[in-house]
Amino acid sequence: MHEDFRQSVRQWLHDNCPPSMRTPMVEEEEVWGGNTQEFPNPESKIWLQRMADKGWTAPEWPKVYGGGGLSPQEALVVKEEMQKIGCRSPLISFGIWMLGPVLLQYGNEQQKKQHLPKIIRGEIRWCQGYSEPEAGSDLASLATRAELLGEHFVINGSKVWTSYADESDWIFCLVRTDPAAGKQQGISFMLIDMNQAAVKAEPIRLISGASPFCEVFFKDAKTHQDNLIGRLNGGWQIAKALLNHERQAISEIGKKADELPLDIYAKQKIGTHDGRLTDRAFRDRIAAYLMDQQAFQLTIERETALQKSGHSPGAASSMFKLYGTELNKRKYELMMEAAGFDGLVWEGAGEEQDQQATRDWLRSKGNSIEGGTSEIQLNVIAKRVLGLP
Amino acid sequence: MMNWDMTDEEKLLKVSADNFFREKLPLNHLRRLRDSQDQVGFARDTWQEMAALGWTGILIREEFGGMDFGFRGLGLIMAAAGPHLSSTPLLSTVACASFLIQNVGNKTQKDSLLPLVASGESIICVAHDEGRQHGDHSIELSARSLASGFLLNGRKTMVLDAGLADHILVLARSHAESLELHGLSWFLVPKDTPGIQWEQFRLVDGRPATHIVFKNVELKASALLGTLGEAGSSYEEMRNAASVSLAAEMLGSATAAFEMTLAYLKERKQFGVAIGSFQALQHRMAWMYSELEVARSVVQRALVAMDEKSADATILASLAKGKLSDLFPHVAAEAIQLHGGIGMTDEHNIGFFLKRSRIHAELFGNASFHRDRYARALGF
Repeated sequence: MHEDFRQSVRQWLHDNCPPSMRTPMVEEEEVWGGNTQEFPNPESKIWLQRMADKGWTAPEWPKVYGGGGLSPQEALVVKEEMQKIGCRSPLISFGIWMLGPVLLQYGNEQQKKQHLPKIIRGEIRWCQGYSEPEAGSDLASLATRAELLGEHFVINGSKVWTSYADESDWIFCLVRTDPAAGKQQGISFMLIDMNQAAVKAEPIRLISGASPFCEVFFKDAKTHQDNLIGRLNGGWQIAKALLNHERQAISEIGKKADELPLDIYAKQKIGTHDGRLTDRAFRDRIAAYLMDQQAFQLTIERETALQKSGHSPGAASSMFKLYGTELNKRKYELMMEAAGFDGLVWEGAGEEQDQQATRDWLRSKGNSIEGGTSEIQLNVIAKRVLGLP
Repeated sequence: MMNWDMTDEEKLLKVSADNFFREKLPLNHLRRLRDSQDQVGFARDTWQEMAALGWTGILIREEFGGMDFGFRGLGLIMAAAGPHLSSTPLLSTVACASFLIQNVGNKTQKDSLLPLVASGESIICVAHDEGRQHGDHSIELSARSLASGFLLNGRKTMVLDAGLADHILVLARSHAESLELHGLSWFLVPKDTPGIQWEQFRLVDGRPATHIVFKNVELKASALLGTLGEAGSSYEEMRNAASVSLAAEMLGSATAAFEMTLAYLKERKQFGVAIGSFQALQHRMAWMYSELEVARSVVQRALVAMDEKSADATILASLAKGKLSDLFPHVAAEAIQLHGGIGMTDEHNIGFFLKRSRIHAELFGNASFHRDRYARALGF
């Protein structure tokens, strides 16, 4: 029965995954969906449509909303078979990673029907409005205000570190709906259409030179009261659930399939004697890193298996976020050390591979800040897992 | 996909192992052992009780009187011994000797020895190390071929569990010109063979250990275990077996030291509050918790790789022993620091964890050794 399913998945992928979609992803051809999406490679559009028709962009979501309706075991089979032939991800989506699971848990039927199919098909691109200039690690002190006037909420304030807000169609937002209530009690979770003049997104340039984040300004922006998820002033619980999904996603950030492994990169740069890296002290540190990396991957595998047998993720996601991002920073420090002078070039000389590594090194420093800093994760583990006062 | 959950059988084994070590070999047993200058290091009747539970034969196939529960089973027992720093010949006799004899022994050796190990009657110590550290370069004890058998000359260091052993498993260089893992052979030497001298001493944690000198020790041809000159690969396999078993025990010990410390942080008050409320201490504990969780996955996976005789068993065994050889000493040292002054007193048990951590970190290869072995296995 299980083998039959695997066979049918293999056959379907063989028949439907276009040839160029079985090559390593290049950044310009990534598909994030939404109204601004362009398809420089037309096969990525075909691939998205075919996968979306199957519901396999969100394989475990219910069929009634356009998902694949697969069991976790079946979804894993699809993932494994895709990996075997090197399929690209048809759609990279915060809607799938973050918003969808929350809508499935907290949304009403109308909201699920309105939004989930469009997420699955990549028609609407979502961004996340959490942090504010004055509310970073202390997220619950957020001040962006939403007041109910008639049938609409009117929103004023600003969000920061909003990934790709300038290319997104809608934003899911934490807003303050009751300023008189306690910090965490007056917050609501709502969805806002960004296609209105009262919402503006401005990119922020990072040390890596890229601008993946924006600041978003709301000036009397409007959203219908039906776009409130869960109950009024009940947003904090949803926010925490969503952060768990986000942390788990960020923790896997070190696993880029198409990237050169550190040991191979170091061999290229430093050279070997008798099959061993000539710099023995550096080799020892690379081995230590790779061991921690493998240990971490095994832990993700164990946790995934345990969650499937009913174990709740909860604070475990903080551990993954902490460990994965600190590990990723360590990797890029070692990459830079392997590259030596080659890693110091910004532009105008050398290899693109090295320049990308340099940019990734800079970018990696943000991993342990975004989605809750490492220090916040340590606080969560200490209090919620270890029960320290 | 590996099964990360315990089977019902494994759950039962874990419960009975946890109870056994808590009742029969608690930490105070190690303290008494030290204080009484015990020369043996464990009690024969406790070993017989473990045999009655099937643990001495846990790796041994049923045809030789064993339980054939594999490394997953042995790992559960070692992990249960860890929190109490219980001292038994599980590592030498079960993880090393029974594993090796079953893998490379001839029919006579397996038929005669394995049932005795399983029944608890035979205890076998392993004499492999010679230098200041576990490694491949230093093995020099020579085995010269005679018409009637072999002649051993040389010295072995840091042999555990020799006290009640009836046999010594000796790793010797049978091909004089060879290097490292080439030209090595195994010999099963009856303890009372003439020419063997024992140099007993006490380890930092109070357990006895022995250096063994072999001076013109004559062996019959039948003492050879496995193929002459080909012990290198079986030594590597035994090193994997010992590494994963030790790693399981070290994880159990490290987890216990962590939990003792966690309890202390909740109870000890300074400045009018529990010291566990201080963020500087909380973060150290949260990091240790994360490292222990990661180590747990590694140990579980490595034990399964041994049972599956998987191609990456060496990588996973070195991953497990390498991680734990760093982590256990780290957790033990942090435990002392977080206990403060009381942690430095002999009266408090936490100090035993630090001492044990150093010993187990060095046995069968320390962290550097296993990082090197891991890197070699990955080809860099």
